[in-house]
Amino acid sequence: MWDYTEKVKDHFLNPRNVGEIENPDGAGEVGSLACGDALRLSFKLDESKRIKDVKFKTFGCASAIASSSALTEIIKGMTLEEAEKVTNQDIADYLGGLPVEKMHCSVMGREALEAAIANYRGQKVEKKDFEIVCNCFGVTDREIIKAVRENDLKTVEQVTYYTKAGGGCGQCHPKIEAIIERVRKEMEKEAPPVKPEKKRLTNIQKIKLIEETLGREIIPALKADGGDLELIDVEGNKVYVALRGKCSFCPSSEFTLKQYVETKLREFVSDDIELEEVRP
Amino acid sequence: MKTVYVDNNATTKVAPEVLEEMLPYFSELYGNPSSMHFFGGQVQKKVNEAREKVADLLGADPSEIVFTSCGTESDNAAILGTLDSYPEQRHFITTRVEHPAVNNVCSYLSRKGYRVTELSVDREGRLDLDELRESLTEDTALVSIMYANNETGVIFPIEEIGEIVKARGIPFHTDAVQAVGKILINLKKSGIDMLSLSGHKLHAPKGIGVLYIRKGTKFSPFMIGGHQEKGRRGGTENVPYIIGLGKACELAEKNLEEENTRVEALRDYLEAKILEKIPNTLVNGDRQNRLPNTMSVSFEYVEGESILLLLSDLGICASSGSACTSGSLEPSHVLRAMGVPFTAAHGSIRFSLSVYNTKEEMDYIIEHLPQVIQRLRDISPFWKDYLKSQGKK
Repeated sequence: MWDYTEKVKDHFLNPRNVGEIENPDGAGEVGSLACGDALRLSFKLDESKRIKDVKFKTFGCASAIASSSALTEIIKGMTLEEAEKVTNQDIADYLGGLPVEKMHCSVMGREALEAAIANYRGQKVEKKDFEIVCNCFGVTDREIIKAVRENDLKTVEQVTYYTKAGGGCGQCHPKIEAIIERVRKEMEKEAPPVKPEKKRLTNIQKIKLIEETLGREIIPALKADGGDLELIDVEGNKVYVALRGKCSFCPSSEFTLKQYVETKLREFVSDDIELEEVRP
Repeated sequence: MKTVYVDNNATTKVAPEVLEEMLPYFSELYGNPSSMHFFGGQVQKKVNEAREKVADLLGADPSEIVFTSCGTESDNAAILGTLDSYPEQRHFITTRVEHPAVNNVCSYLSRKGYRVTELSVDREGRLDLDELRESLTEDTALVSIMYANNETGVIFPIEEIGEIVKARGIPFHTDAVQAVGKILINLKKSGIDMLSLSGHKLHAPKGIGVLYIRKGTKFSPFMIGGHQEKGRRGGTENVPYIIGLGKACELAEKNLEEENTRVEALRDYLEAKILEKIPNTLVNGDRQNRLPNTMSVSFEYVEGESILLLLSDLGICASSGSACTSGSLEPSHVLRAMGVPFTAAHGSIRFSLSVYNTKEEMDYIIEHLPQVIQRLRDISPFWKDYLKSQGKK
């Protein structure tokens, strides 16, 4: 049985905004009977061009119905410009998460919204303008590229979970792989990977984090060589440790400490950590 | 909440009589049947009795019964053990609707360079025996065809298949996991060389299976180890489970008639009521040749997982051949092989009964199922389209 959150269950058992709006301002439909799920979305705007009413009809599993219901709740009251920015991850987050194999349900929600907005603007999103990569599920390169970009996908399996592409006969796997490689290269060029800014820590948080890091990254490796390390004290950015076991009389211990432990602590705790060794 | 369990092709309740029979062999009577002392000897005697009971149910000789850990092991042992005995032959025949325990072994064999023929089925899930006849070659090492299908309950003409295969001197294995205990099987005069069964499908616990190997069949052990099971399956006997399975087979023999009268009538009642009360519903599989306990129905324009979860909310436990329940994206390979249209394949539900089910339980399902389907059809965009196309409002 799938491990659905309470929120998914609630939106499946009590779906919000089911139906079809008569004479809608925008309407879109994605998916098909053959694919196993489909979503038809329609909305109406108020005078200030905000989404006044939105309704859905969905054929699909519990998470498809819950994702559709969540989507309608999220976008109600938004302007189309705001609604456009809603991602599949927003839908999944609203539901407290989806099993990874079901992420395509949230993607279907986002795609239906996109189609409905395009319909409102008189644009037409036509599949034939794009190359169909996965013939089993009729998934285009555009949809795969978008999913890879928005969700930072790295493997074919992930692409299948998010878009269904590659979930049938599997013949398109090399094509999907090529798309992932291409898109990831583009993404790297656009934004060179920046280290996430480390949050300012309280002393207690810092000590905890140092302990965790030592326990996870450093001590096991030292122990494998018959050594050990003990955290003695932390003062500001200075971390005092003592070497135990074989390390305590190993001539390369200074090198071990500076190069290895300090680098790890700087990586995981704070860039300004300085390490001091306490001799027994 | 009340529980109505109609998923007996997935697993069954351990019969109270079976559990009772097993219990002493966990605690007081824990001897190893291979031991020379009296303490192991009394256990050995009981294991032999269990072997006789299994053999009785199948119309086999006790020496032809090999205990395994499960149906999957039995299937793997039969296929790989036979192919190992015929290293010159590199062709294997099976069907497109087998259980993964056979199906995925086929994929493995293909990767190992075997030529694998998967026989097709028609819209009713029936085999074309001419296709089988034409597929048999000098190079064929083994034919493995299931006795009855786990999803649809369709029974294959196994005796006739056995004759066709035997006439060519080729070994024949059948996965009878769903058939044993539900229909009469008599191996005495039969073309079956090997047969797999699984304990937990007939009210014994999970973790025990059997591979029947007809006397004179070439077989190399899959599990290599001690002398147990006459060298055909190494490993200390799973004594309490073997004894439990013996008891379960004894009960199955007694219950066979009820299975084919009362249980079948309950299934037919449920099926008739569902077809009567819910429009756009179709039965998958050949209704003339079907296990007495199984029905697979498809509800058009709705999806199986949603149905199952709404039923589950009512305490009704069934299963589905839909894509979303399995984690795969395509509906069951069985329904696809049968060519069930997509409008119906995604909305298939399997009800599988046992002797423990009652008419009251069927009535409970009949009372609630129509609302469940209607509720999902009200959400489905295709249902309204369909009604429109029919000129209804």
